[in-house]
Amino acid sequence: MPDVTESAWLIGPVVVPLATALLMFVLGRRWRVPLVSATVAILGFTTAVITWRVWQQGPQTHPLGNWRAPLGIALYADGLSCLMLLMSVVVGGFVSFYSLAYWGPSEPAVDPVESGSGGPPDRQSVEMFWPLWLLLWTALHALFLSGDVFNLYVTLELLTLAAIGLAVLDGQRAAVEAALRYLLVALAGSLLYLAGVALLYAAYGTLDIALLGQRVAVDDSSRAAVVLVFLGLMLKTALFPFHFWLPPAHGSAPAPVSALLSGLVIKGSFYILLRLWFDLFPAEVTRPLAMLPTVLGTLAILWGSLQALLAVRLKMLVAYSTVAQIGYLFLVFGLVRAETADGFAAWSGCLLFAFSHACAKGSLFLAAGTIRRAAGHDRIRDLPAAARGLPLTFFSIGIAAVALMGLPPTGAFIAKWMLLKAAFSGGQFGIAVIIVVGGLLAAAYLLRVLSASFTKLPETESEVALRPVPRLLEQVTFGLATVSLLLGLASAPAIALLRIGSPWASTVVHEPWASTVVHEATP
Amino acid sequence: MTPIAIYSLGGVLLFSLGISGLFLCRHPLRKILAMNFAGSGVFTVFIAMASRQPAVASDPVPNALVLTGIVVAVSATAVALALYRRLVTSTDDGEPTEQSSG
Repeated sequence: MPDVTESAWLIGPVVVPLATALLMFVLGRRWRVPLVSATVAILGFTTAVITWRVWQQGPQTHPLGNWRAPLGIALYADGLSCLMLLMSVVVGGFVSFYSLAYWGPSEPAVDPVESGSGGPPDRQSVEMFWPLWLLLWTALHALFLSGDVFNLYVTLELLTLAAIGLAVLDGQRAAVEAALRYLLVALAGSLLYLAGVALLYAAYGTLDIALLGQRVAVDDSSRAAVVLVFLGLMLKTALFPFHFWLPPAHGSAPAPVSALLSGLVIKGSFYILLRLWFDLFPAEVTRPLAMLPTVLGTLAILWGSLQALLAVRLKMLVAYSTVAQIGYLFLVFGLVRAETADGFAAWSGCLLFAFSHACAKGSLFLAAGTIRRAAGHDRIRDLPAAARGLPLTFFSIGIAAVALMGLPPTGAFIAKWMLLKAAFSGGQFGIAVIIVVGGLLAAAYLLRVLSASFTKLPETESEVALRPVPRLLEQVTFGLATVSLLLGLASAPAIALLRIGSPWASTVVHEPWASTVVHEATP
Repeated sequence: MTPIAIYSLGGVLLFSLGISGLFLCRHPLRKILAMNFAGSGVFTVFIAMASRQPAVASDPVPNALVLTGIVVAVSATAVALALYRRLVTSTDDGEPTEQSSG
């Protein structure tokens, strides 16, 4: 029996933000900067240790309270969990520092432009950002480390409730309306998921993912369960046509919150779907269903891109871009469907894409927030004037745009390369066309924003007063955008990490992924 | 028909009723109620599941799950009601936002 204290590291990413969330309630504002810095530092360290241990020793399991499955609830980490944890810590860390400056002591509590006309700016509600965000971080890490299907339900609900609280922080009516819609859709989604869990428990008598994976058979119970789980998580991840709540919710929240919702929160429910689809259900059960997410994903790419092309405000453009990029994530189910397809290429490409999207989309939302803070608006038509005063922010937008389009050397380029490789090996040329067309559409709507940097202003407009913004806002945005760029260079170890504990872990590696991809990428 | 089958079918019925209500009703309060219906449906199925084998004592795990589920459902309902109350009491129009046409 392995020593329990050895695997206790897995508790860290859950306990650390939970503890600071509670401390935030108790301690005053003076403690905010040291607390947040300490949280990010300790989280970074524990995640690094967990990743190192998984890298060295393979998947880790920690029985909470030393109660073992089937009675106990296990925490579980493999390569997939580690990559998701790293994504959460990196994006969350950057957004935390941005928020420190965004709602810093010298800044107005609520932007006059952002607060609408509803009452005086409410400093109290902004104070709630920190506990809510740290609780959201807790829920997300518990979700990524959970090895139990019912625990996943609980963490999913915690994630939704914290996200709702954040989305309505500045109390705009539009935000409250969007949040109520989001909440109802999310609850419908989690109830469908819970019904699926009930079926699984009724049929196989356990909730532990590892045990379920051994017991699930090809029968009516597992077929019905996969349909319920898929429908529920599709609702939660805002796949077309259930995306309607996402653009208003993400577009009307404060900038750091939008970055968290778009970058991290939607990845939570997607992670569960991916984990259960590939680790738990047999291929015979999932295969007949696999065309549905592919078709919906395709429609999401087309519809989201079209709406982004038509958007008037920058934040709405970025939010619709998220709708399109969610479509990409769902292509993986169709890609792995083909028997000849290189399943691991599609699966790891999809996850690399999720990571890259989290960084790029996060920095785009942060940039939109900085522009709005400085210029008082985020109308795309009037961006050229703002671009003069915020060169670093527009440079960050440029890098993030390159990452979203999937140009080399970003992580998304490698990710799309692998998705294309899987599409060709499986003979699914239709999906390959979609991947390429989606990239072109992304270039089209992102160039609407980028062109602002190159537009010559009429003489009269050249002196537009921009409010001064803290330098840190611009620097953090730039840092996060750079991560999405550097991810392309770090993709080889990331993919090797993903293989640990994946359904493809035992397949023979003919050639190191790293050298092939990088070699092919640089002719 | 055994009591367990009645409970299971009743649960499924409640669940379907709730989910369809969530999508078909227009009023937010009705939607919130419908969500609670659907939740009760799932819990009923869990409870029916716990006593499937009359010979042995009922399985405690589904009961524990239902208790957790009730706590989650109560908190979610509270948040939904708080949001709805905020929506009703706020009279401002805010600034014009783009409507989602999806």
